[in-house]
Amino acid sequence: MKNLKNIPTHIILILVSLLSIFPFIWLLSTSLKGAGENIFAYPPTVIPHDFTWDNYVGVWKRVDLMRYFINSVIVAGGTVLLNLILSSLAAYPLARMEFKGKRITFFTILATIMVPFQAIMLPVYLITLKLHLTDAYGDVCGFIGLIMPFAVSAFGIFLMRQAFLTIPREMEEAAIVDGCNVFQVFWKVLLPMVKPSLAVLAIFTFIGSWGEFLWPSIVLTKEAMYTLPVGVNNLQGMFSSNWRYIAAGSVISTIPIIIFFLAMQKYFISGENEGAVKG
Amino acid sequence: MFKYYGKLSPYLFLLPALVILAVFFFIPFFQTIGLSFFDYSSSIYNPEFTALKNYIDILHNPVFYKVMVNTLIYLVVAVPVLAIFPLFIAVLINQKIRAITLYKILIYLPVIVSIVVAAIAFKWLYAQEGILNYIMQLFHLEPLGWLTDPKYAIYSVIIVTIWKGIGYYMMIYLASLMSVPNELYEACDIDGANFWQKHMTVTVPHLMPAIALVSTISSISALKIFAEIYVMTKGGPLDSTKTIVYYIYEKAFENLDLGYASAMAVILLVIVMVFSLLNIFVFERGKYKI
Repeated sequence: MKNLKNIPTHIILILVSLLSIFPFIWLLSTSLKGAGENIFAYPPTVIPHDFTWDNYVGVWKRVDLMRYFINSVIVAGGTVLLNLILSSLAAYPLARMEFKGKRITFFTILATIMVPFQAIMLPVYLITLKLHLTDAYGDVCGFIGLIMPFAVSAFGIFLMRQAFLTIPREMEEAAIVDGCNVFQVFWKVLLPMVKPSLAVLAIFTFIGSWGEFLWPSIVLTKEAMYTLPVGVNNLQGMFSSNWRYIAAGSVISTIPIIIFFLAMQKYFISGENEGAVKG
Repeated sequence: MFKYYGKLSPYLFLLPALVILAVFFFIPFFQTIGLSFFDYSSSIYNPEFTALKNYIDILHNPVFYKVMVNTLIYLVVAVPVLAIFPLFIAVLINQKIRAITLYKILIYLPVIVSIVVAAIAFKWLYAQEGILNYIMQLFHLEPLGWLTDPKYAIYSVIIVTIWKGIGYYMMIYLASLMSVPNELYEACDIDGANFWQKHMTVTVPHLMPAIALVSTISSISALKIFAEIYVMTKGGPLDSTKTIVYYIYEKAFENLDLGYASAMAVILLVIVMVFSLLNIFVFERGKYKI
């Protein structure tokens, strides 16, 4: 009886789940259809009749997806690393110290939440050009330019500040008595205690950086520097009407993030990260 | 407690973050406002100070009105759906039934996947001879130009935004649902309330702060839409899907009309600020207390 009552719930949830993944299923299906099969056939078929891996082989040979992947790893990795370091460094005094100008610093950082990147992207681009941080000045400069505008965020600073606030005062006192200096207190005592928040910050920064499309499509000029989103968008131009190739390239580009998501799923769907949701 | 740190230490810890914020945030912020008073349209190397001319031009530009109407459609359609539908799903998922984790993973998946891939996948569904028009045909309806008909294109793009946001807002609601006292539901059960009565009298009133939060967050994201448009329609057909960020992008990086683009950016900034202030000072107050 009790199980019967849940059937409508399951039906709705199954429908919503199917709608959530259907666009991907359809992409996957198209990517596995051979040249002998009409991809516009009515009625449409989800299971390919003329099953083939050729589209994957073809797109892999013609497009350096591995290069895009490595670029994305470098950019997302760099962005995560800098966010972890800079946010915790800045959050520490805001949570644990008294100093002149604390209030104004706090509200200055808070103010940045209100301003969307999209509204200031043009001057950010002009400054990046002026600092020679574009791919025209070499790959390293290009990567730095991709990373720097997102190297620190108010979101990260506030997340880490919240974490530091929960640590008991005695921890610092004990460390000082043991002869630690202020940096050691931060690095050896406090930072290890906020590892869960660091993990949350790392994961959400990673997802944001990995999917970022606007900024790289503004600054990048060389194809060899493309990140995955820019490279995948570019497939549309390269294979204008070859939907099989576009689909195969899109599927390949999605595999890494799906693996990452499944491995880290507890951080996304445990429901215990209310403070971590990004605004 | 005793002060174990030197006078300078707090500033040294703050310095790296503040330098980066200064270079990549505060300077660009003021520069945006500054640029908006200059005319770059005749020459990008010799801008001319024209005070408020860009703003006046914007107010006389029919495309800008089109963009504003599009933005309004986005807000009016996407925000209510994203405030209500994920709440409904969250309530369903917040029960002790089988396969909850699987449902959560599948519904959250669109949030994780790149918006570019999502937009490509939908472009394929929306194709003239695509699967959606096949379904239309099954119901004896005329095939639609989902992305090619100016009447429908904006709604087709909005569907992608909604589809990609459901899992995200569902998780916000799930987190808030945990704070609803269980006794209230038990009282409802004793009174014999059905599903709708139970949730309209207990869940919805308890979740008002979360609903308000989701509404402002989804409004702000709707104002910032770019990738969907760039990948699927490039603002067309006939500007019917042009959003404010896409228009700024076009003016700034394609027409190199830096002043005009900056003036629009200032307008965007003011609109987003209104929503953000609401968010920070009304809905998320506790989070940002000093």
